[in-house]
Amino acid sequence: MTWINAIVQGMLLGGIFAMAAAGLSLIFGVMRIANLAHGDLMILGGYVASVAAAHYGVPVPLTVLVSMIAVGALGYLVQRSLLDRAMSLGELTPMLVTFGISLIIPNVLVQVFSNDAQPLSTGSLGTASIDLGGDLAIGWFPLITVVAAVAVLTALHLFLHRTQPGRIVRATADDRTTVRLMGVDNRKIYALTSVIAFATVALAGSLYTMRQGGVTPYEGQLTVLFAFETVIIGGLGSLWGTLAGGMVLGVAQSVGAQISPDLPLLAGHLVFLLILVVRPQGLFGRSVPA
Amino acid sequence: MNTLLSVANVDAGYGDFQALFGIDLEVDEGELLALVGANGAGKSTLLRTIAGALKPFDGTVRFAGEDVTAEPDVRRARKGIGLVPEGRRLFASLTVEENLQVGAATGRKGPWNLAKVYEAMPLVADRRTRRAARLSGGEQQAVAIGRALMGNPRLLLLDEVSLGLAPVVVDQLYTALPGIRAEGTTVILVEQDLNRTLAVADRVACVLEGRIVLTGRADRLTRDQVTAAYFGTGTLPEVTSS
Repeated sequence: MTWINAIVQGMLLGGIFAMAAAGLSLIFGVMRIANLAHGDLMILGGYVASVAAAHYGVPVPLTVLVSMIAVGALGYLVQRSLLDRAMSLGELTPMLVTFGISLIIPNVLVQVFSNDAQPLSTGSLGTASIDLGGDLAIGWFPLITVVAAVAVLTALHLFLHRTQPGRIVRATADDRTTVRLMGVDNRKIYALTSVIAFATVALAGSLYTMRQGGVTPYEGQLTVLFAFETVIIGGLGSLWGTLAGGMVLGVAQSVGAQISPDLPLLAGHLVFLLILVVRPQGLFGRSVPA
Repeated sequence: MNTLLSVANVDAGYGDFQALFGIDLEVDEGELLALVGANGAGKSTLLRTIAGALKPFDGTVRFAGEDVTAEPDVRRARKGIGLVPEGRRLFASLTVEENLQVGAATGRKGPWNLAKVYEAMPLVADRRTRRAARLSGGEQQAVAIGRALMGNPRLLLLDEVSLGLAPVVVDQLYTALPGIRAEGTTVILVEQDLNRTLAVADRVACVLEGRIVLTGRADRLTRDQVTAAYFGTGTLPEVTSS
């Protein structure tokens, strides 16, 4: 029963990874930028939520929205002021810019908030659970995060495939110069993509912070790794793959923890490496990009 | 006739390489002008300059009475210049229908919509749910033309329509041309096949090594005159600049 429990808890954890990874996948797909700051942006999202609750008295559920709006706006600024320019300078330049951002965020957070954890409590919701009999129980909060992850990925999928702006985003990902001949300014599409990606990672970060009960400045170094592993396990360009990737990584970590408290990170990395060897295109990725 | 497009004294190229020298060209509303010339003569460069995808070193491009030289391709597309680029450049991961829908992003109102494109090009209608990457060359070209039409252009620039396609397929593509012109759309066409060019064009402009060396009404030019201009051989009997 403890093993089943570990698997279920892992799947619940995977929802957060999937949400974090969706934005990473989107930015890479549309702009070909490997956003090394993605994990730190997630943590920044957690800080915004936490500070909004602690210092501005925003009700905890609403802090998620505050964080999404603030970090989403930051996404617009970063894209327009830094990444657009970096993209015109060369293939690797934008990645270096995101590396710089990934150094700046935690250092600023340490300066302003110190190394201590910044708490964000969901109160009784954090411990409430549904008892499924035996040793099996599903926490309400982890369940909410998974539902949120599925909702976010579904909404993103519908946006990209059923709406005209979404189609244009995908067209821009395919051929950024040709969309211009259709009257589409590709830089506006980049800005839109960044806003969506930053807002979703802020959502992931806020929920992650609530789940942990708090957040510390340097956690982004780990979460960025989880996000990259999730994307690669699931397969690039597939949102459902991203969900599956998050679940696989979550289960690996959770089962690893069941074996030994030292193991969760190692187990996650091993599963990631195993998939990279056995199925390099990822679980849902296409072997040949169409 | 109103002049829709006028290109005056345009020099253009890529980096240090100059491909066009002092190009002067005028196109009337509703006209079909064919650009003829050897590979590398500068025809595609000229189309890209008109569409705004390439900034000229010098000279002006006026469209519908307005100087658009400084305006980028995005703005010109919204003003009604539609380019079907060399190599078709479809959005490979999108379906045929999605490619067409993206073409409507110019936001221009006009006669063309999905139903009308499908009607004009049955070849496209049959493939509407297929990914663009899975199309044959002719199907891709038809979709590329349909995509440009969805933007309801006043001026349609068709680059190398028949390049690499079987004659039967090219015939099919050309059957759509009268329907396009019937909507009053002005067309500039780049075509390698001289007979076909002289059959469909109102006017022909021959480009040789980045210069326009011969222009004239298609029904008044002889094949020999055009051939001479094409290869730059012999003396040119009649050279007009507009």
